[in-house]
Amino acid sequence: MPSMTAPLTLSVNGQDHVFEAEDRTTLLDALREQLHLTGTKKGCDQGQCGACTVHLDGERVLACLTLARQAEGCAVTTIEGLAGPDGTLHAVQAAFLEEDAFQCGFCTPGQIMSAVACIREGHAGSEDAIREYMSGNLCRCGAYPNIVAAVRRAAEVLA
Amino acid sequence: MKAFSYQRAASLAAARQQAATTGAAILAGGTTLLDLAKCQVARPEQVIDITRLPGLDEITLDAQGLRIGALARMARVAEDSGVRAAFPAVAQALSLSASAQIRNMATIGGNLLQRTRCAYFRDPASFPACNRRAPGSGCTAMNGVTANHALLGTSESCIATYPGDLAVALVALDGTIHLGERQVAAPEFFLPPGDTPEREFAIAPDEIITAVTLPTSRAARRSVYLKLRDRASYEFATVSVAAALELDAECRIAVLRVALGGVATIPWRARAVEAALTGREPTPEALREASLLAMQGATPRPDNRHKLELAPRMVVRAIETLLWGEPA
Repeated sequence: MPSMTAPLTLSVNGQDHVFEAEDRTTLLDALREQLHLTGTKKGCDQGQCGACTVHLDGERVLACLTLARQAEGCAVTTIEGLAGPDGTLHAVQAAFLEEDAFQCGFCTPGQIMSAVACIREGHAGSEDAIREYMSGNLCRCGAYPNIVAAVRRAAEVLA
Repeated sequence: MKAFSYQRAASLAAARQQAATTGAAILAGGTTLLDLAKCQVARPEQVIDITRLPGLDEITLDAQGLRIGALARMARVAEDSGVRAAFPAVAQALSLSASAQIRNMATIGGNLLQRTRCAYFRDPASFPACNRRAPGSGCTAMNGVTANHALLGTSESCIATYPGDLAVALVALDGTIHLGERQVAAPEFFLPPGDTPEREFAIAPDEIITAVTLPTSRAARRSVYLKLRDRASYEFATVSVAAALELDAECRIAVLRVALGGVATIPWRARAVEAALTGREPTPEALREASLLAMQGATPRPDNRHKLELAPRMVVRAIETLLWGEPA
């Protein structure tokens, strides 16, 4: 039986991290519990809410259904890696503030990571498209109209 | 999640050998396996990651047909311009599945092998009895909430619905599942529960899906996937229909393919509907009458009886969409 704990290297927000992890550790738990990057949220932990959305090589995925070992060799981007080195907010982060696109804020990091990818994929051309392609991110506060407005605004800025 | 070991497969042959050992599970996109491991439905001891095996994620389309490598991610297949033009029902079924994040992760092979969403199957702590999970233990669903359970292909042991969308399109369009050298026609790949609901797919423990192929045809080019859900997006089908159509020179139906999702234990090919309409003029009366055959042999329950009417209406709507385009 191969070892169930082994050293792991993850590249997160441009920085390499080497740490010990159990094989079953999800990317979400590795980010939060071992790298202390708690911006990525644990909502349902079962692929239903989108709160844990991060980018793997630029594509949005769910960190709760990804093993940390699956992310080895990939570039992981979390909400902490979105702003510029000088703290300048990403256009999507700025748009969420402008449009007041949250209430409690728990789903917001996942919403923003999803929105960045949604715009990059070219799926933010209309409100219908935004609603469809952002449907994997739930907001229990029901801030959806403002989230749609924020994604639209950011898409225009980034166009 | 119970502890398990993780290994990257060195080759397909090695992965097949490892997959056959007790407690081993093949890991691709992970969206089903890790979800079920968290529910304690899957309890793997050893997880074999096949996603880094080369050459298994290609999409090729030529005059004969389409070949999709088993490791191609759902999002890429859904957005492929060739797939969208030659097999619209396949592209639509994928686009209407899950969420953008899950479509970026989940593979075509894993998509076909997804397990039922039966709430009793998914919750062993609350509902120990489940013939699919623990053969012979009974079925909690039979006397439970069954709005999402099957009306077709059921048995006394299990009424769990097959949840996928892609498989419905594959069954309608005569797809083939490739397990290395061995090939299985899509309708034979999905097994109705019968007395052995724990056997869900015609795949041996040492087999791995390597590709899916589909023959090109005029009907496939004129195909559609309609999906009705309890919410607008990111939801499994209440009823779905994959349909493909070719008309002859006199505008009679030359070829018709119809399959249903959300109502059966397997992706359900509605051959009676196809036979009733082939050679006929697609009048509203003919469509309505033939559509009723879709639910022939159904065993409804109080919570899902409405689908007896809903499914035929969806069949009519799908064929009308192919005839006249989207309703205004």
